Parts: sequence; C-alpha cells; structure tokens
Amino acid sequence: MRITTEQVRYVAALSKLKLNEKEQQRMIEDMASIIAFADQLNELETGEIKPTAQTLGLFNVFREDESAPSYEREVMLANAPEKDDGCYLVPKLIE
Amino acid sequence: MRYETVIGLEIHAELATKSKIYCSCSTEFGAAPNTHTCPICTGMPGTLPVLNKKVVDYAVMAGLAMNCSITEYGKQDRKNYFYPDLPKSYQTSQFDQPVCQNGYLEIASENGPKKIGITRIHIEEDAGKLIHDDLRGYTLVDYNRCGVPLIEIVTEPDLRSAKEAKCFLETVKSILEYLEISDCKMQEGSLRCDVNISVRPAGQQQLGVRTEMKNINSFSAAVRAIESESERQIDLLEAGKTVIRATRRWDDVKNQSFDMRSKEQAHDYRYFPEPDLVPIVIDRQWVSRIKNSLPELPDSRKKKYLSKYGLSDADAAQLVSSKKISDYFEDTVGNGASPKLAANWLIGEIPKLLRKKGTEEIPFCAEYLAKTIQMTEKGSLSSSAAKAVIEEMFDRPRDPENIAKEKGLLQINDEAAVMAFVEKVIEENPQAVKEIKSGKDKAVGFIVGQVMRYSKGRANPQLINKLLKDILAEK
Repeated sequence: MRITTEQVRYVAALSKLKLNEKEQQRMIEDMASIIAFADQLNELETGEIKPTAQTLGLFNVFREDESAPSYEREVMLANAPEKDDGCYLVPKLIE
Repeated sequence: MRYETVIGLEIHAELATKSKIYCSCSTEFGAAPNTHTCPICTGMPGTLPVLNKKVVDYAVMAGLAMNCSITEYGKQDRKNYFYPDLPKSYQTSQFDQPVCQNGYLEIASENGPKKIGITRIHIEEDAGKLIHDDLRGYTLVDYNRCGVPLIEIVTEPDLRSAKEAKCFLETVKSILEYLEISDCKMQEGSLRCDVNISVRPAGQQQLGVRTEMKNINSFSAAVRAIESESERQIDLLEAGKTVIRATRRWDDVKNQSFDMRSKEQAHDYRYFPEPDLVPIVIDRQWVSRIKNSLPELPDSRKKKYLSKYGLSDADAAQLVSSKKISDYFEDTVGNGASPKLAANWLIGEIPKLLRKKGTEEIPFCAEYLAKTIQMTEKGSLSSSAAKAVIEEMFDRPRDPENIAKEKGLLQINDEAAVMAFVEKVIEENPQAVKEIKSGKDKAVGFIVGQVMRYSKGRANPQLINKLLKDILAEK
C-alpha cells in the first residue's frame, strides 16, 4: 500500500509531531511496511466472526455508587510542572 | 425563496450520582479546585477504572422514559482528542454500542403533537474546567468535574424551528427531573446542549450543509442561537455562497456565533474499544426491574390532570413542567383542596411570590395551602385575604387559620353583622338608592364598595349583594 505525504502529515498533526522533510520520507516507508504487516490479517476470512473488543471473558464489573475522600490536592499537584491557585497551569488556550 | 430550518440536538446531562463514573471521588459541585480528584480520574498510568453501576441504571431509566430500546450488550470506547481539559487525552465514551437506541419523545408543535426521534443515549465522562487568565496569559485547569458521569442524548434531525427545539429541551429536562437522575441546572452546567443546524429550500429532500454550535447555556440562548444561525445560513445561500461545515461557538452576549476552527484542529477521534473496561450486559430482568420502578412521568401526570381534575390543557402543561410544583400540587389536592383552585394558586400567585422572594422552594407545607383554599371555599376567607395569608406564610410559615385570626382577615359571614354595615351605607347614601331604583346598576357597585370599605374588606360580597337586594325589594 502506498502512503502519501499528506497522510504522514495528517497522522503527525494528530500525534502533535513535527517532522522535517527527511523524516517524512522515512515515515512513508515505515508506515507502508507497518500497514503491509497488519494487512496480512485481511487474508483471513472473518465474515462469520464477531468483532472482539475484550478477551477477558468478564462482563458487568461494577462498583456501587459510594463516594470516598479524594487524594490531597498537594499530592495530586506534586508532579505538575506549573501550578497556581490549586490549579494546573497550561499555556493559554485561545478559542 | 422560502427556507426550512433543520435542527438536531446533542444534550449532555450530568447524572446525579454521589461518586464519579470510574472512581469514588465526589461529584459535588462548587468544591475548591482539584480537591475531588485521584489517580483514576486524572488518568495516571497504571490505574484501572471501574464503572459505577448507578450510571447504567440511570441511563436505562432515561432510555425507557424516552421510548428507546435498551442494548443487551454494550461496550465503552476511547474517544481520542488532545486538549488540557482531558488529562488522559481521551474521553471514555460509547461509540457503536450505546446503552439506549431508537427512541422518541412527543412534543407539542404548531401542527399538533409531533414525534422527535432519539438516535441514541450513551454514557460517558465529563471533562475538567478551564479558567482562562487573560492577564497572565495562562490557563488554569480544575479537574474536579473530570469523570463526573454524563448521558448524551442525540436526536434525529427532526426539529424544524427554535420553538420546537425549546419545547423538546423542556420536555427532556422535565423527564430527567421526574426521574431524579440529573439536577438539570443549566447555570451549573449540569445540562448542556449542542445544536446541529442546516437550512434547505422548502420542499427539498436533501439536507443542507450543517454547522454545529457549542456553548449554549440556557434554553433561551438555544432559541437565539438557532434563529441567528439559520438567518446567517439563509443569507449565505441567498447571496449565492455556500455554508461551510464547521463547529461554531455561540456568544450569547454578542448574540452571534463564531467559527471555532483553528489550524490545529485535525478532527479524528480514532475511537477504539476501551481495554480497561469490560462489556456491559443488560439482561431483560434488569430492564424490567427498572421499568417497574419508574416514577410517574410528566406526560401521564398531565393526562391525569386533564381527565380526572378537569384542568385546561395549558394549566396542566404549566403544572407538570416543574416537578416541584407538580409534586406540591398533588400534595395539596391530597390534603383536600379543590384541584382547580389549587392549580390556580400554583400557576398564578405562588410562582409570583417565589420570584419576589427569590426562592425556588415553597417554605410552607402543602397542608397549609390546602387549608387556605378550603377556607376560601367555605367563605371564611376572601380571595384577597387568602393572598395576604399566603404571603404571610412565605415569611413565617404557620397555620393559615391562626394568621387569618391574628390579622383580622376572616371574612364576615354573619348576616346581622353585614346587615348593620349595609343599613348604615344605605342611610348615608339616599341618592345612590334612588339611582338603583331607577335602574342604574352602577350604583349597586358603589354601595357594595362602601360596605367593603366600612368592613375593611371583610364582609362577604355575595352576602352584601343578597342583603342589599332584600332591603331594596322591601322599600
């Protein structure tokens, strides 16, 4: 399967990756071989097989609706690179 | 050219559970930022979410109340998007196997009752709250709301006007309130809606290009947004231009919508099955158990008010539109008040007083209202005195009979006492008596008015009329 430069750029945008010209070229080859590998599955006849979303064999694992104390805010915020007023700080988002 | 507006809604309702959808953090509104979070709802690596059973119960309740079929086998999926309100970078939602599908609700439209299709109702988690700090050029993130359970109700493009959309929203809100599965407080964001809207020349089968509008915070904002956006689209078509499919943000202050697209928005949610959560199997016993426990819904209450109590359609609709008022009405009638009189008070005077006092709760019990109404029926309170008693109960709730006695509001029904007033007025106003005899009915009103004045509004007006007639007949 052929991968286009547009497809590489699109996937890169979704992944928040910046790729230069050379890296894009390399990605075209890499992605083509990844897709080709996955495409092997298409050789199998799967028309009669139900899609599988889970292989655990479990279902209906629930918890009751009971609330319990949360973590201390300081603990939760401990890993935040930047924080203020009990909040995480991120670069300003413009809508 | 005439155009038709086509509207579909996506309604998000926060479910009134105690704990979040996948962890035991509290869902309480208004807590200090980031005090209701844990490693699960902030998506720390290595944590495992476990579904809150009540979320499924509530979604099934909503589905049954909205005539949906309930799935036997549901699963949850990851909806991937990159935005700081979502620490996991995906929202756990449902893609192709939602809890409820293919329902409908009936609304009143200009051409009579109309069925609005409901495509699906699915469960998902809410995202965090972003607070933009323009001054410092930062955005602050509060994850308390992250993981609060939601249902999303998606309609078919069956609505044709802002009015129909508003009516549908009100119907959904009242059902959720009756089910007691959501607070439905739009100002706190527990009920939100996105509007999909397109226009097409009247009679055309094919749908026009649609836009999606977000950030609609009230039903009246929904009406304004729909009217403004359909006008914008019609203007574009009239000018020979085309509508561009986009997400737009409604600005209710500027009364205008704005394109939200930015160059970074490559929209592709790449849904895939959530590997950390197991399938939801809803057997038919579970469904019938919920079906049997559903409370009476607004529609059936309304029918009862029409047939059993003989209320008008408009009055019945008004009463059931608020569960609180409707519950109070049932309670008042249960305490022996006439349904029609109870309805009048609960539609007219009481909502007025609620607004005046700035409260949503009637501060006195239904028994007191019933008693007040019974006193007017027996003639011991005039309607204006009843008004005064009710207003007093808003300030200091207590037995209406005591209030009437304390304030001297009891109506005078004693014939001799009223007669004394009537005789006095007749004596003082011979001219008016002459006029009545010569057939001038206006003078009757004058005499009654004078008697009311002397009795400080307490004489029974029907009794005054009767006594006056008797005296004049004798003279």
